[in-house]
Amino acid sequence: MTVLFGILFYAAFLLLVVGLFSKIRQYARTPAPLKIPTTPAPVTKTGVVWRLITEVVFFNSLWKSNKWIWIFGWIFHFALLLAFFRHLRYVIPNDWFIYPLVNNWLILTAGQYAGWAMLFGLAGLFARRLLVDRVRYISSPSDFAMLLLIMGIALTGVLVSFVFKDAGAIVELKDFVIGLLTLNWQPVPDNGLIITHLSLVLVLMVIFPISKLLHAPGVFFSPSRNQVDNPREQRHVAPWARKLESGN
Amino acid sequence: MADFETPELKEYQIIPKYKDGTMTGSMPFISRAPFNEPLGYPDELVDNWKEKAIEKMGELQSKYRSVQVYLDICVKCGACTDKCHYYLGTQDPKNMPVARQDLFRQVYRRYFTFAGKFFGKLGIPGFVGAKELDKEILDDWYSYFHQCSECRRCSVYCPYGIDTAEITMAAREVLATVGMGQKYSNEIIGKVFKIGNNLGLPEPALADTLEGLEEEVEEDTGVAVKYPLDVKGADILLVTPSADFFAEPHVDGLIGYGKVFHEAGVSWTVSSYASEAANFGMFIGSYENMRRVAMRIREAALELGVKRIVFGECGHAWRVAYSFLNTLAGPFDFLDPKYPVPQHICEFTYDLIQKNALKLDKSENDHMTLTFHDSCNVARASRMGSEPGGQFKIPREVIKAVCNNFVDMEADTIGEGTYCCGGGGGLLTDDLMEVRVKGAMPRMQALKNVVEHNGVTHMAAICAICKSQFTKVMPYYGFTMDQVVSVHQLVSEAIILTKGLPDEKAEEAADESDAAEAE
Repeated sequence: MTVLFGILFYAAFLLLVVGLFSKIRQYARTPAPLKIPTTPAPVTKTGVVWRLITEVVFFNSLWKSNKWIWIFGWIFHFALLLAFFRHLRYVIPNDWFIYPLVNNWLILTAGQYAGWAMLFGLAGLFARRLLVDRVRYISSPSDFAMLLLIMGIALTGVLVSFVFKDAGAIVELKDFVIGLLTLNWQPVPDNGLIITHLSLVLVLMVIFPISKLLHAPGVFFSPSRNQVDNPREQRHVAPWARKLESGN
Repeated sequence: MADFETPELKEYQIIPKYKDGTMTGSMPFISRAPFNEPLGYPDELVDNWKEKAIEKMGELQSKYRSVQVYLDICVKCGACTDKCHYYLGTQDPKNMPVARQDLFRQVYRRYFTFAGKFFGKLGIPGFVGAKELDKEILDDWYSYFHQCSECRRCSVYCPYGIDTAEITMAAREVLATVGMGQKYSNEIIGKVFKIGNNLGLPEPALADTLEGLEEEVEEDTGVAVKYPLDVKGADILLVTPSADFFAEPHVDGLIGYGKVFHEAGVSWTVSSYASEAANFGMFIGSYENMRRVAMRIREAALELGVKRIVFGECGHAWRVAYSFLNTLAGPFDFLDPKYPVPQHICEFTYDLIQKNALKLDKSENDHMTLTFHDSCNVARASRMGSEPGGQFKIPREVIKAVCNNFVDMEADTIGEGTYCCGGGGGLLTDDLMEVRVKGAMPRMQALKNVVEHNGVTHMAAICAICKSQFTKVMPYYGFTMDQVVSVHQLVSEAIILTKGLPDEKAEEAADESDAAEAE
């Protein structure tokens, strides 16, 4: 079991990193030949940074668009962030100086209850997908499956930290994770919920770079959001378009 | 009037339930010989269209970051599903922006993503929203990518800024490449290449028209306002949509530009070679054709030796001018660097108003109560002035400077949330009447509200397509076609000409302005 999980985690991690890296490289290298910011748009780079921050942190456009999706979506993502912070304690050795920064009451409590918030947000999104005719129309089975997958991760997490507590298994889990990181394998904790949690996370890692989850890095590359509105002041020409000019 | 039902206008905009297939049959005439060859496209559907289409998709993904990123990152959240005027007007679910994109995205997923290939091999590509390209899909593309006016309303509301216009342009480019281009757009682009404008007005016809305008204005005002053509050494090259040369209410706008230039004391000219502001190359998603059309403006500016370029009232033309002209046909270092290149006629007039350089009598427009339709391409794809949002402020300030009665429509139907007129993006053709009428519904509904509650009588616009579209579709909704006006038509009515007057009148005008100053 440990060997299997060890290998799977290395493989999944490799796929995640290589996959994400190659997609990000692709986005960065593909030229944007025309200035297409959705206007009104910022006229300076600083303005663009602020625009992206409001999109990523506050989901600004979504707020304008649909309050229900905003509420469910924002709660889910914010809770995900809190849960992420809570999980940092698994990858930071206890004797590191930053360990107290992640292993304290605030981070741990917020991250723990965030599990419920995640479930709430995801359930809302799932319900919309099922109940709003327009959203149902545009949903593929994989859209539901992805929600279920993340709900499964959140649910097993919530169960193991609120209902079926197993402090021993949590310590073993940390040893297992640190073992993976330090190439000094330790046994996977013998806990069904944790095993399920880990398995679902493996799936999530693998599908991340080959699915719509690419919206996470992708939003930063969206020309309608990341371009400065200055076409009259600065000439903007893509390399492939430059070649057309020499043809004249 | 036609074999379809005009949507009923409600008190406020409701989000309708979708009805499958209401617009399935809607498609414009397919472009055939001789319209395709000048643009570099085959005359009819090529035999190996499937391979060609997929190859072209790959090429576009590698040339346009927008296409590559937008095809990948949509999470199907549904935020855009109620934002498209064509969905609201037709209830066809494939007119929801995400569903329209998905017609293209499903093929992208099948041939270009691991998930699509993998589940495709398992025989269940649909699990991940992937689909094999077949003729039915190609026809769907042709139909539904010609039910998008590339207005970008969806991109305002998308959490990632996904712009369906980018996908529509890509899809149309793929379609044209395999021999399924749209006749209306291709024929028009051909006319620009051959004659210089969308309407195919040759130089003598233009000269005649402009001369006619001079006579008309002189008769009307007693002042010899010039409407010059191909004048070398003029300060300003005016590039305006060719509809301005004869269609109503467009031409009244052109008369207004002439009066403004006259009062500004600048010399200007129209070019018969670049007698078109519109650039349908954008509609069909073809960078090359868009560039060829744009280059004519550069060539004309060089040939005539002008110092500035000013664009007349046109929506997508202003997008191409403001956002793309420098890219496509720049650099414009041979023009006077004191002025932005290009300038919008509204910016020009607004500057004069700011400087108090125009004598205006607002009461000339007192018989009207105005509202303003923000043209989609001006609103969401360009700017006027130096501040973001100037594209909303400047035309309104111009209108308010020449009219006493102005009321805005509901906030979420103007500004960045403005509804397209329903005829943009290459859809302004009689073979698409149904989608045009239905797509106009949200704008008509907002207009009806201000007509009923605020006594609005007229709607001003700054786009040739908007104006033509509204004159055509407004009667379907119980309005009259003359309720659409050009912004510079209003300016034209209010402006008091003070220069080049016959002697007596000059004295009178001088007295009047003294009196005005004394007040």
